[in-house]
Amino acid sequence: MPITMPWSGIFSNASKNNNRLEATGDALQEGAFSVVSGRPMLALRGITKRFQDLVANDNIDLDVYGGEVHAVLGENGAGKSTLMKVIYGVHQPEGGRIEFKGVDARIQSPRDSRNLGIGMVFQNFALVPALSVTENIALFLPDQGMILSRRNLVRKIEQVSEKYNLHVSPSARISDLTMGERQKVELIKLIMAKAQVLILDEPTSVLAPHEVQGLFEVFNELRQDGYAILFITHKIPEVLTSADRITVLRHGAVVSTGPSEGVTGDDLVSMMMGIDPESVTPKADIQRAVEYDSKKLAYQRGVAADTAAAIEFKDVWTSEANDPRGLHGVSFQVMPGHMLGVAGISGNGQQELGETLFGMVKSKSGGIFLAGQSVKGWPVSAILEAGVSYITEDPINMATVPEMRVDENLVLGELDNYDGGGIWLNMVQVRRKIADALAEFPLALAPHETRLDKLSGGNVQRVILAREMELTREVAKSPKVLMAYYPTRGLDVVNAEATRRLLMAYRDRGGAIVLISEDLDELLALSDNMVVMFQGNIVGRFPTESASVREIGMLMTGQNE
Amino acid sequence: MEYGRTLDRAQSIAIDLTAPPMVRSILAIIFAFTVFGIFLAIIGRDPFDAYFKMYEGTLGSKVGISEVGVRMIPFMLTGLAASIPARVGLINVGGEGQLYIGAWAATGVALYFGFGNIWIMLPAMAIAGFIGGALWAGIAILLRNLRNVNEVISTLLSNYVAILFVNVFVFGAWKNPTGFGYPYTSDFATEAILPAIAGTRLHLGLILPAVAVVATFLFLSRTRWGANMRAVGGNPDAARRRGIPVLRYLVIAMLVGGGLAGLAGMSEVAGIQHHLRPGISNSLGFMGFLASWMAGHNPVTLIGTSFLIAVIVVGGDVLQFSGGLPSAAMLILIGLVLFSILGFRKLERKAE
Repeated sequence: MPITMPWSGIFSNASKNNNRLEATGDALQEGAFSVVSGRPMLALRGITKRFQDLVANDNIDLDVYGGEVHAVLGENGAGKSTLMKVIYGVHQPEGGRIEFKGVDARIQSPRDSRNLGIGMVFQNFALVPALSVTENIALFLPDQGMILSRRNLVRKIEQVSEKYNLHVSPSARISDLTMGERQKVELIKLIMAKAQVLILDEPTSVLAPHEVQGLFEVFNELRQDGYAILFITHKIPEVLTSADRITVLRHGAVVSTGPSEGVTGDDLVSMMMGIDPESVTPKADIQRAVEYDSKKLAYQRGVAADTAAAIEFKDVWTSEANDPRGLHGVSFQVMPGHMLGVAGISGNGQQELGETLFGMVKSKSGGIFLAGQSVKGWPVSAILEAGVSYITEDPINMATVPEMRVDENLVLGELDNYDGGGIWLNMVQVRRKIADALAEFPLALAPHETRLDKLSGGNVQRVILAREMELTREVAKSPKVLMAYYPTRGLDVVNAEATRRLLMAYRDRGGAIVLISEDLDELLALSDNMVVMFQGNIVGRFPTESASVREIGMLMTGQNE
Repeated sequence: MEYGRTLDRAQSIAIDLTAPPMVRSILAIIFAFTVFGIFLAIIGRDPFDAYFKMYEGTLGSKVGISEVGVRMIPFMLTGLAASIPARVGLINVGGEGQLYIGAWAATGVALYFGFGNIWIMLPAMAIAGFIGGALWAGIAILLRNLRNVNEVISTLLSNYVAILFVNVFVFGAWKNPTGFGYPYTSDFATEAILPAIAGTRLHLGLILPAVAVVATFLFLSRTRWGANMRAVGGNPDAARRRGIPVLRYLVIAMLVGGGLAGLAGMSEVAGIQHHLRPGISNSLGFMGFLASWMAGHNPVTLIGTSFLIAVIVVGGDVLQFSGGLPSAAMLILIGLVLFSILGFRKLERKAE
C-alpha cells in the first residue's frame, strides 16, 4: 500500500495549496441522505462473510442515514466487528453489496472506503505514539500535495476541535494522551479527512464514565451537521441514551433494526441474548450434564462451617476507580467442592481475576487468600504448589509455547515431576508418565510430537484442559482451585459435554472452581453460585437456583436496577 | 499486498522450497558468492582468480587451514555468547566488549599471579576471563531488570566502554616498561601461553569452543533446564504462569553468554597475542554475533557458520595482500552471505 509522506510539508511554513482542507464540514449535502429523505447514505444488502466454517455475517442488511447515530448491538462474537471491517474494507465479503449514497460502492481496501468518505476508529486506535497530534493527522490525510503549512493544519485542527468539543492540544504527543483524548484525535482525523460515515468500534470501552457522556455530546454535534455515526457496543444504557436507531446482531444475523424510540432495555437484552427473558432452563445438551450431577452430589457439597474458603478475593483493586479496566474492589469466596460462575461480557475485569492471582497483574490493594492464607508475595510456583490450576482466557498466547511440542506443553514448567530428576531429560519416561496420568482422560489429544502451533484452537484447548485438570502438580490427588476461562470454547458438542463432566468431577473431588464464561446456559447448568461482573466490579451475586436470565442480562449490560 | 505477492512469485521461481534447510543454506551461500563475483568483475577483478586465491589461502594449504581454525575459536565462542541469550529471547550485541573484558581479566591473572605451573595458570586465566565477561554482560541484565533498559542498547554501547576501559590499563598501569612506549603489556610467561599445535598458529584454545558447543547443545536439548530455557524464549508469559523462574533463566543465560565471550578474550591473549594491547579483537565479537544469527542460534549449526565466516575473513586477508582488494570488500561478502541466508530462511517460513 503506497504511503503518502507529508513530512516535507509538516516542517515547512510555506502556505500554498491548502485550500482543500478548508472545505471540510460543509461537505455534507444538507439532508440529502437523511432519514427524512428515505435514502440511506450507506446501505448494506445481503452481506455475508465467512471465516472457514464460521459464518461471521449472515446475509446482513443495514441502512445508515446521514444525521443519525446508529448503534450496532450484540454479544461478543455476534459479528459486529466483522461487519464494521467489511464496511471499512478490511474484510471482503463473500456475498452481498454495499451502496454509498445510492451508488454501488466497490470497497476493496480501507483506502477505497476512505476515498468514499467512510472512516473508522478502531478499538486500539491507529495512532503513532511517538508523534504529535498534528503529525498523526497529517500522516492520515489523503494527498495534500507536497507542501502543507503546519500553521494552517494546526489552525484547522483547532477549528474542528472547537466546533465539535474535541479538545486536544495539537502539539501534544500521542503517548502523553489518555485513551479518551486519543479517541478525540481519531475523530478529528476522520472529520478532517472528510469522512461522512464515522464507524466506531466499541468507543466507550476505553472511556471512564464521565468521558462517555462527553463522547455522546460529540455524537450529538456531529449528528446535527449531518454526519452518519455507526458505533458498536454491548452496553444497553448507552444505546438507549445515545442512539437514534438500533440494529441488534446475534450469531452473525440481524435480529432487529429500527428506531430507538419506545424500545426498552428488556427488549434489547432478549434480542441480544436470544433468550426468553423469563426462562431459566438451560439448553438441552447442557441439561444432560446437569442430570448426571444433581442426585449424586447433593450430600457431598456440605462443607463444615469452620472450613476456610478454597479461594477468596477481599476488596481487590488493580486500577484507579476512573480507569475503565481492571478490578475495582472485587470480593468473593468459593468453598471447597463448589463452583462459582462469573457472568459478564468479556473485558469487564474477568481476566484480571486469574492474572492477579498469578501475579501477572499487580493488585493495588486488597488481598487474595488460598485456604485462608494470603498469597501476597508468593511466587507463581508457590501458587501452583498450593494446587491452583489455570485455564487461561487465551490458551495459545497465555499458557503455551507454540513452537514446543504437545508433550512439552503438557508438562510445561514441571518437568522435574516427570523425568526422574537426573541430569539428562528423559522424554521417554515423561511421555510414559503423561500417558499413565491421562489414561482415563476422556478427551482425545493430538499426537505428542506435534508442534502446538500446528494445532487448531480446539486441539490446543484440549491440551490445556488435560494439563490443568489432570496433570498439574497434585491436581489428580487433591484438587484445590481451578480458574477456568471459557473451558468449552472451540470444542464440539461431545467434547464440550465431556469437559463439563470433568469440571464437575473436579468439584466433586473437593476442588473449588471459578468458572468464567459468556455462555449463560453453561453457567446456569454448572455453577452453584453466580456473580455478574461489570466494569471491574461485581454487580450482582446470587445462588444459581434463584438466578433469572433476564436479571443477569440486565446486570451484564450495565442496567443496574 | 502487492509486494507480498511479488515476493511469493519470486520465491517460487528462485528456489525449490521442498529442499532441506542444509541445501537451501548452501544455495544461499552460492547465491552470495555469485553476486560478489559479479561485484568483483564490475570493479575489474577476475572473480575466478580471486576465489581461487581465497581457496589456496584458506583450505588449500596447511597454514591456511590453521588460520581458519584460529579465527573459528573466537567466532564460535562469541557466537555462543549471542546464541545462548537468544534462546531466552535476549539479544546480546555485547560479545565484543565482553571479549575485551575477558582478555583484560585473563591478562591481569597472567601478569600478577605467578603460579609457576601451566596447569594452574591457564585454568585460572580461563576462569578469570569467563567471570570478567559474565560480569560485564551482567551489567546489561541488571539494567534491564532494574530500569527496563533494553539489552540491545546497553550491550552495544558497553562494547565501546569496554574497549576504552582496556585502553586505560594498556596505556597506563600495565604498559610494558621495556616496550619503547608502545601500548602493550609485558609478554606473558610461557606458563600463561596456550601451546600451539605442530608449528602452526592454531593453539589449544580450540578446546574451549569445542567443549562449549557440545555442552551448550547437550544442555539445550537434553536437560530440563534447557527445555525450560526454550519455554522462556518461546513464550515468557506462559513460562511465568507455569512457575518457571523466568528472571533466573534470563540472568543465567546472559551471564553464561558473557562468560563465553570472555573466554574468547582469554584465548586471544593467551593463544595469539601473548600480551594485551588495544584492538586485540577487531570485531571478532560482532562476527560471532553474525555467525549466531546465520545459524539460527543453533550451537551445532554455529560450527558451520563460524567456519564460513572464518574462511571469508582469512581469504579476505589473502586477497588484500595478493590482489590488493580492500578489506572492506570482505565485509561486503560477509554481509551478502548473511542477508541471503536470512532471506532464504524467511522465504521458507513464508512458504509454510
